[in-house]
Amino acid sequence: MKLQFSEKDEAFRKEIAGWLADNLTGEFAQLKFRGGPGDEHMFPEERKRWEQKLAEGGWTCVGWPTEYGGRGLSIEQQVIFYEEYARAGAPGRMGHIGDGLTGPTLIAFGSEAQKAKYLPGILAGTEFWCQGYSEPGAGSDLANVKTKARFDEAKGKWVINGQKVWTSLAHESEYCFVIARTDPDSKAHKGLGFFLVKMDQPGVTVRPIEQITGTSEFNEVFFDDAECDADDIVGEPGDGWKVAMGLLGFERGVSTLGQQMAFQNELNEVVKLARENGAANDPQIRQRIAQAHIGLKIMRYNSMRMLSGDKGDGSLQKEALIYKLYWASWHRDLGELAVDIMGPEATILPEAPYELNRLQSLFLFTRSDTIYGGTNQIQRNIIAERGLGMPKEPKW
Amino acid sequence: MDFAFTDEQQMIRDTAEAFLKDTSTSEAVRTAMVSELGYDAELWQRLCGEMYWQAIHIPEAYGGLGLSYIELIAIVEQMGRYLLCAPYFSTVCLATNALLCAGSEEQKAEHLGAICEGKTATLAWSNTGGWTADSVSASARKDGDDYLLNGDYRYVVDGASAELLILAAKEEGSDAVQLFAVDAAEAGIERQALPTMDQTRRQAAIQLKDLRVSAGAKLACESGDAADALNKTLQLATVALAAEQAGGMQQLLSSAVEYTQERKQFNRPIASFQSIKHKAADMMMRNEVARSSIYYAACVADEALNGGELSAELPEAASIAKAWCSEAYFKNAGEAMQMHGGVGFTWEYDVHLYFKRAKASEHLLGNSDQHRENIAALLLDGE
Repeated sequence: MKLQFSEKDEAFRKEIAGWLADNLTGEFAQLKFRGGPGDEHMFPEERKRWEQKLAEGGWTCVGWPTEYGGRGLSIEQQVIFYEEYARAGAPGRMGHIGDGLTGPTLIAFGSEAQKAKYLPGILAGTEFWCQGYSEPGAGSDLANVKTKARFDEAKGKWVINGQKVWTSLAHESEYCFVIARTDPDSKAHKGLGFFLVKMDQPGVTVRPIEQITGTSEFNEVFFDDAECDADDIVGEPGDGWKVAMGLLGFERGVSTLGQQMAFQNELNEVVKLARENGAANDPQIRQRIAQAHIGLKIMRYNSMRMLSGDKGDGSLQKEALIYKLYWASWHRDLGELAVDIMGPEATILPEAPYELNRLQSLFLFTRSDTIYGGTNQIQRNIIAERGLGMPKEPKW
Repeated sequence: MDFAFTDEQQMIRDTAEAFLKDTSTSEAVRTAMVSELGYDAELWQRLCGEMYWQAIHIPEAYGGLGLSYIELIAIVEQMGRYLLCAPYFSTVCLATNALLCAGSEEQKAEHLGAICEGKTATLAWSNTGGWTADSVSASARKDGDDYLLNGDYRYVVDGASAELLILAAKEEGSDAVQLFAVDAAEAGIERQALPTMDQTRRQAAIQLKDLRVSAGAKLACESGDAADALNKTLQLATVALAAEQAGGMQQLLSSAVEYTQERKQFNRPIASFQSIKHKAADMMMRNEVARSSIYYAACVADEALNGGELSAELPEAASIAKAWCSEAYFKNAGEAMQMHGGVGFTWEYDVHLYFKRAKASEHLLGNSDQHRENIAALLLDGE
């Protein structure tokens, strides 16, 4: 076991930190610490330009292999990249779905034509993606998707009908990847396809969802005879579940350390407030702040363990299985701590009609953490079944 | 950065697991815990003679294996898992660390050499269960070339059986903390074994009445005040204790999952109920992150012993590990007992042994609240 990064990696840390310090200036200075969870709807145009700035510096898609235009960074250097990115307060990535999910999925499962067609726009920060997974009837039970795709021989195109929900930044995206049923008589995870769908077409309607924060980063997306080309299916009809699950594997991993650096920024703000308003003298608040600090440190150690033990085959180890349940619960607790430190002032908003400050927003938005991406309850089922070999849920 | 066991470390861990699974069985633990000594002297001889675990992190210059604190932690985790009754924590994690932190070359050569040969030892520092040098209350008065020690210690781990005692006392006049290495058989030392709720680890009360020790028994400690060395020792021991706790958690989880798979009610294994699965999942989460906390702390502890760049992180890393592991162990023990239902309440099943050990370990070397307050002070007080 070795905790320190190599000299080469530390030099890399200086390089990215320096680049961020030099470039997160001028028109981009206002984006510092903006656009994260709960704030994703803010400054979309400016943040898209920032993506293009990153691309100029070669800082998009840093984990992709160089043959596909990526930077081919080692795990350690990716960790450093995400840490420094968050430490600098660089804005929430408009391109994170394309960079972190679409790209790796196409590299692993896509055809050469698909790679040639879609990867350059992601690399350049000019084309943005959203994720079409959840549906009104397919939340925790993701395999229950009802959206249908049928191949229209006359048009030579796939025609998609159905509804997706909780699609973040759908209104800012050029493309959506969609899982839809290619075999209308199929059930559960069989008979699905994975499609790459252009958003700007008559068959696609985006409707924002107003959340408990009063803001809308999530959307409903309706597909009414939406079309995509014959070769815009990844893999074969019926492969959709395999591709989708492979993609979920890419969601975990190196970016978790960047997420933690963002959490650290939030915790720092909570600690600062407690010191300023005297809450730091309250024995119970002291215990809770310490617990938050301990929880975040351990989260980092756990991620380091997860990354070091990564077999590279996408198999999840025990320390990886518990990660979502752990961080989501921790983050929700931090939101509660934040408003408890604010005290009664937490109940007063900065502006009418419903403008929240960062900590108020944290308090409300973190309620979603234990729900999206697999609720805490589903996570516990997965841990018990896959991690501990306990019996599977009975089928109804 | 590579935060995983090396192949060699993995091998040491696996060997420890296999050896202890074989030797520290439920039956063996139950025999040892009611024996006069509190442990199986023959097994201790095997640990020292065959495995050489008592010498794991003692430098080669003093006859040890010279391995890192990470190997030590890997072994201790397994000892906690199998509830090993042995004077290992007292000898290696308390006394050996005290000698490493405060002893002169000569003292280390003498005492660590003896420990390598199987001598047992412990550290006595407090009468109140304190977990820092602030809690030292015994006194040391200079008397010619000697010191006269007086005072009481309580909760001394393996205090009645240890052959060598490292005693902490405050020097009259200067109030400096000093550590003395003393043969337990010396006149002036009264030792009383205390009956313990957790029978797998013995505790004792020690009374010093004008114990006369030579100046040479005082651990050298360059600064003239061993308070820092004692604190560092206690932090190193805290990391090891947290590793024991993580090991105990693993065994509770395994046995609870196994039991609930076998136990049928309403014509199905109770492990198929979500109320049971979700408890087990939470136990695994607490257990896995506990493990992450102790491995990190082990790396820091190793640097602290060798003057590495992360040395200064030791107080924080130790408190993080202990705060988390204490609470998680006890919580998991309670959940495991609940999942075992009625049989978990019996003497026959092992759950109660872990439940008691969890509570006893929680209160040894500072409980979760105390370690959290330690962290809070680091974060919130001062500039």
